[in-house]
Amino acid sequence: MSLSTTDLLRVARLARLQIADHAAETYAAQLSGILAHFSLIGEINTDSVPPLAHAIDAVGRLREDIVSEAVDRDQLQAGAPLVENGYYLVPRVIE
Amino acid sequence: MTNSVIPQTLAAQSAALAEGQFSSVELTQHYLERINRLDGQFNSFITVCPDFALAQAAEADRRRAAGENSPLLGIPYANKDIFCTKGINTTCASRMLAQWQAPYDATVVERLHAAGMVMLGKTNMDEFAMGSSNETSWFGPARNPWDTNRVPGGSSGGSAAAVAARLAPVATGTDTGGSIRQPAALCGVTGLKPTYGRVSRWGMIAFASSLDQGGPMALTAEDLALMLNAMAGADRRDATSIDRAPEDFMADLSKPLSGLKVGVPSEFMDAGLSPGIRACVDAATTTLQQLGAAIKEVSLPHAGVAVPAYYVVASAEASSNLSRYDGVRFGHRCENPVDLADLYSRSRAEGFGEEVKRRILVGTYVLSAGYYDAWYRKAQQLRRLIQQDFVAAFSGVDVLLGPTTPNTAFALGENVADPLTMYLSDIYTTGVNLAGLPGLSMPGGFVDGLPVGLQLIGNYFDERRILQVAHQFQQHTDWHSRMPVAAE
Amino acid sequence: MRWETVIGLEIHVQLAAESKIFSGAPTRYGAEQNTQACTVDLGLPGVLPVLNARVVDMAITLGLALDAKIAPASIFARKNYFYPDLPKGYQISQYEEPIVADGRIEISLPSGETKTIGITRAHLEEDAGKSVHDAFPGYTAIDLNRAGTPLLEVVTEPDMRSPGEAVAYMRAMHALVRYLGICDGNMQEGSFRCDANVSVRPLGSDTFGTRAEIKNINSFRFVERAIEFEVERQIDLIESGGKVVQETRLYDPDKHETRSMRSKEDAHDYRYFPDPDLLPIVVSQSHIDTIRRALPELPWARRDRYVTEFALSIDDARTLAADRPLAEYFEALVQASGDPRQSANWLNGELAANLNRHGLGIEACPITPERLGALIKRIIDGTLSGNLAKQLFEALWNLEGEVDALIDQKGLRQLNDGDAVRALIAQVMEESPAQVAQYRAGKDKVFGYFVGQVMRRSQGKANPQQLNELLKEMLS
Repeated sequence: MSLSTTDLLRVARLARLQIADHAAETYAAQLSGILAHFSLIGEINTDSVPPLAHAIDAVGRLREDIVSEAVDRDQLQAGAPLVENGYYLVPRVIE
Repeated sequence: MTNSVIPQTLAAQSAALAEGQFSSVELTQHYLERINRLDGQFNSFITVCPDFALAQAAEADRRRAAGENSPLLGIPYANKDIFCTKGINTTCASRMLAQWQAPYDATVVERLHAAGMVMLGKTNMDEFAMGSSNETSWFGPARNPWDTNRVPGGSSGGSAAAVAARLAPVATGTDTGGSIRQPAALCGVTGLKPTYGRVSRWGMIAFASSLDQGGPMALTAEDLALMLNAMAGADRRDATSIDRAPEDFMADLSKPLSGLKVGVPSEFMDAGLSPGIRACVDAATTTLQQLGAAIKEVSLPHAGVAVPAYYVVASAEASSNLSRYDGVRFGHRCENPVDLADLYSRSRAEGFGEEVKRRILVGTYVLSAGYYDAWYRKAQQLRRLIQQDFVAAFSGVDVLLGPTTPNTAFALGENVADPLTMYLSDIYTTGVNLAGLPGLSMPGGFVDGLPVGLQLIGNYFDERRILQVAHQFQQHTDWHSRMPVAAE
Repeated sequence: MRWETVIGLEIHVQLAAESKIFSGAPTRYGAEQNTQACTVDLGLPGVLPVLNARVVDMAITLGLALDAKIAPASIFARKNYFYPDLPKGYQISQYEEPIVADGRIEISLPSGETKTIGITRAHLEEDAGKSVHDAFPGYTAIDLNRAGTPLLEVVTEPDMRSPGEAVAYMRAMHALVRYLGICDGNMQEGSFRCDANVSVRPLGSDTFGTRAEIKNINSFRFVERAIEFEVERQIDLIESGGKVVQETRLYDPDKHETRSMRSKEDAHDYRYFPDPDLLPIVVSQSHIDTIRRALPELPWARRDRYVTEFALSIDDARTLAADRPLAEYFEALVQASGDPRQSANWLNGELAANLNRHGLGIEACPITPERLGALIKRIIDGTLSGNLAKQLFEALWNLEGEVDALIDQKGLRQLNDGDAVRALIAQVMEESPAQVAQYRAGKDKVFGYFVGQVMRRSQGKANPQQLNELLKEMLS
C-alpha cells in the first residue's frame, strides 16, 4: 500500500494543508507504512455485513421549530481573526 | 494543611466538608499550592485559574452554609482542556486554539459547576485528543508522576497525572480509542469511559464524533460513580445523547460479587502481553474468584483488526471535524495570506502539529473517491463484526476483564518516530469505543515500579456493574491508594 | 444532424421554518450581517447539530404531494469542501438515503398538452452563508446569517426536452411549494433557486451526452434563456469537432451567456460519509398518514374539480387553481355570486389587470369576494350593464361602499324600460335624418352612431342588448 509523494500532495490539497516538498516525502513514507498495516482490514470477509455508523441503536432526537437562540454578535466575534462591520473577512475570492 | 490532614478521595473530602473539618476555599487553596509547587515536574496543567477557582469555592461554602449538602459541593477538579469553559481558555493543547476562549460552557462543565464543583484549571492532553502519550501537546509533554522520564499516557495525560500526583482529587477526561483508560493505567489511577451517549458531547471539542465520550478520572471507583452521577444525562443540545431514566451509579457499589460471571478474552492474553502485566491480570482473576465470581474464557475473534478499523474510522471523522479550523472565524490565522487557498493551507499547517496532520491526511485519504469502499466502508463493516463479538461474549458473562495496555509507561520520545507503534498500544481499548460499550481501568499492580491497569468492559449502559466490580476489587486491594514519590 | 436537448433541474427550496435546520437561530430574511448566526451556525469548536422537526414534516408534505416514496429511515451525510461561506468545512446534506424518492409532477406545456416529469429525489440539507465581494477592497466579506437555513433540494430525472418544458416544470414546482405553505417562493430573496443540467445528443440516440451544470438562475425567464444559450453552445462545440466538458457554468443575464466557473472544489471529491452527529430520521407510517390527511387539495386536483364542477375551461381552471390564495378567493366569489363562469372572467380579467397595475397580490385585493359577488349578481339580474359594472368596480376598488348603495347613489341602474328607450331612439332619429337615410341605404356602420347617441342621452345606462333590438326594429 504505497503512497507516492504526488498522491500525498493531492490529499494534502484536498485537506488544505500546506506541506513543503521535502516534508511530503516523509509524510508519504509514514502514511504508506501506516496504511500498509491497516490494509489487513481487507483480509476479513465482510460480505453482506452492513456497515455500522452508530454504535447505539437509537433514533435521532428532534427539536421544535422555535427561535431559541439570541445571537450576541459582538460576543461571538470577540476572538475572530479579522472582522469588519460585522463581516468576517478573507482574501478576495474570484468566482 | 499537610497531606495527612486532607483526605485524598472525593468521597472522603465530601464527608469532611460536611463535617466542617475545612472549607472549600481551604481545600482549593491546598490544591492550588500543590499545583504551584509540584506541577513544574509534570506539566499536567495548561491553564491554572486560581481566581476563578477560589470564587467558585467561596460560592460553594456559601451554599453549604445555606443548608445545601450534595456530594460534589465544594470539591475541586481538574478539567481536560477539551471541554469548553467560558472565560477560561480552551486550547485542546493546540497552537490552533492557543488563545481561544469559548463563548459558552460545555454541558459537562455546566453540570459539574451546578453541582458546586471547583475548577482548578485545564489539563494537558495530546493535541485535539490525538495520541497515546501526551507528547503531541503544543504546551509540551506531560510527565508520568511515577517516573518523570516517562509518558503519562494520552490523550488525557494531564488529567491522569494530576490525579496521580494528588494535584486534584478527580478530573475529567475524554476517551475515543482509550484516552481515559490508557493514561489511567499508566498513571495508576481509575478512569471510566461511559457507554456512548451517556454523557453529553455539547462543548466537548470533537475528535471522532461516533467514538468520543467524556468521563471521570479519580483514585477510586466510588469517586467515579459520584462524578458520573453529575456528568451523565440526556442533553437536548446533543442529538446523540441517549434518553434514559435517571440512575444512581452508587447504587450497586457495595453488592457482593457472588454469582458474577467474568469473561477474559483469550485474544487479550496472547503473546503480545508483557509477562508482568499478565501476572497482574491473573492475580486479579484470583481475587475476583475469592469474592465469589466465576472466571470464564471468552473470544473476541475480530480483536486483531480493532486498531486499524478504529484508526480508519477515527481519522476519517477527525479529518472532517477539523475542517472548521481555517483561520476565518476563530483560532490561528497565518500572517499576510496572499489568497484564500494560502489562508487555509498555511493557517492549518501552522496551527496543527504533526500527528494531527497525519491523521487528517489518513482520514482524507480513506474517504476520498476510489478509496471509500475499500477503507472507510470496510472499517464500518468490521465495526459491526466487532460489536457482534462483544454481544456474543456478553450472552454468557456479565463483565469482561483484561489488561488495559500491553506495556507499562514507555519513555518520552521512545515512540514518537514511529506512529504505528504508538497506535498499537491501543489494542485492548479501541474495540470498546467501536462498539460503544462502557469501559473502566483500575490499578492492578506494578511492574518495575510502574503502574499496571486492569480493564473492565461492561454491557451497554451497565456502568453500575463495572463500578461495582471495581469498587469491590478496591475494597480488597490497595493498588489504587499507592502514591508516587514525586507527589509527596 | 438533428439534435435533441436533455434537461434535468435541481431546485433548492428554502423551507419556511422559523428557525434553522440544525439550530435555534432565526431564519428571517434581511437581518444585519451575522446577527442570525449562532454558535452552531458558525461551526464553533464543540457545537452539535439538532434537527428541526417541522422541516422533516415539510419534506414529507412535498414528497406526498409528488406521489413519492417517503424513506422510513433516512440518513444525513457530510459533503466535505472548503469555502468561506461554509463554516464547518462541510455541508450537512443527504446522500445515499434521502428522505423522499421516486415521485412525479405533471406540467402544462404552452401547447396545452401535459407531461409528467419524474422526481428522482428530494433531500434535506443546510444552506451556506453569503459572500460579498466588493464591500472591502482586496477582501471578500462573509455573512453567515443564511448558514443553516433549511433547504430541500428537489432533483428531476433528465426528462425535459426543451427550455419551455424546463420553465413549465419550474413554474409547477414553484406553485406547488407555495401552495403547500412550505416555501414563500421569493426568487429575489433566494428562497427558490434553480440549477439546470443540460446536454445534447443526436435525435434518436438513447445514450446521454456529457452534461454541463448551469448555476445562478433565479428567474423563470433566465432559466429559458440560459438553457437556450447553453444548447447552442454545446451544439456549436460538437459540430466544430470539440467535446462538451462536464463542468459548472454560471449564467450571465446581461451578456446572455454561460461561463465556466473557477471550481470551488478542485476534484469535486466531496468525500461523503454518514454524519456521526445525527442519528437516522425515522418516520412512522402513522406520522406520514397524519401529514397526508392534513394536505390541502393539490393544485391539479383543484384544477380538475373546477373543470368538472364549475365547467371552466382548462386554461381558466389552471390559472385559478395554481395559486392557493387566488383559488380560495375564487371559491368564495363563486359562493357569493352563484356564477362560476362570470366569477372566473372577472378574476382573470378586470381584477387581475387592476392587481397587476397596482403591483398587488390577491391577498391585498381591496375588493372582497362578497362585494365582487354582489356586483356579479347585479349583472346577472340585469340591474347592471357591462359598462356600468365597470364603473361600479372602480368605486368598489376605491372602497366607496357596498354594491346596492353605490348603484343608488351613483344612479348606475341600467335602463331596461323599453318605452323610455324607444322614446330616446325616436328623438335621435328625428334629429339625425341624414344618418337614418344612410343606414336604410345600406351603410351598416352608421348603426354605431345611433348606439352612441342613445347611450349618451341615457348616461350610458341603456341596456345594450335591448337597445340593439329596438334600434334594429325602429330603423328598418
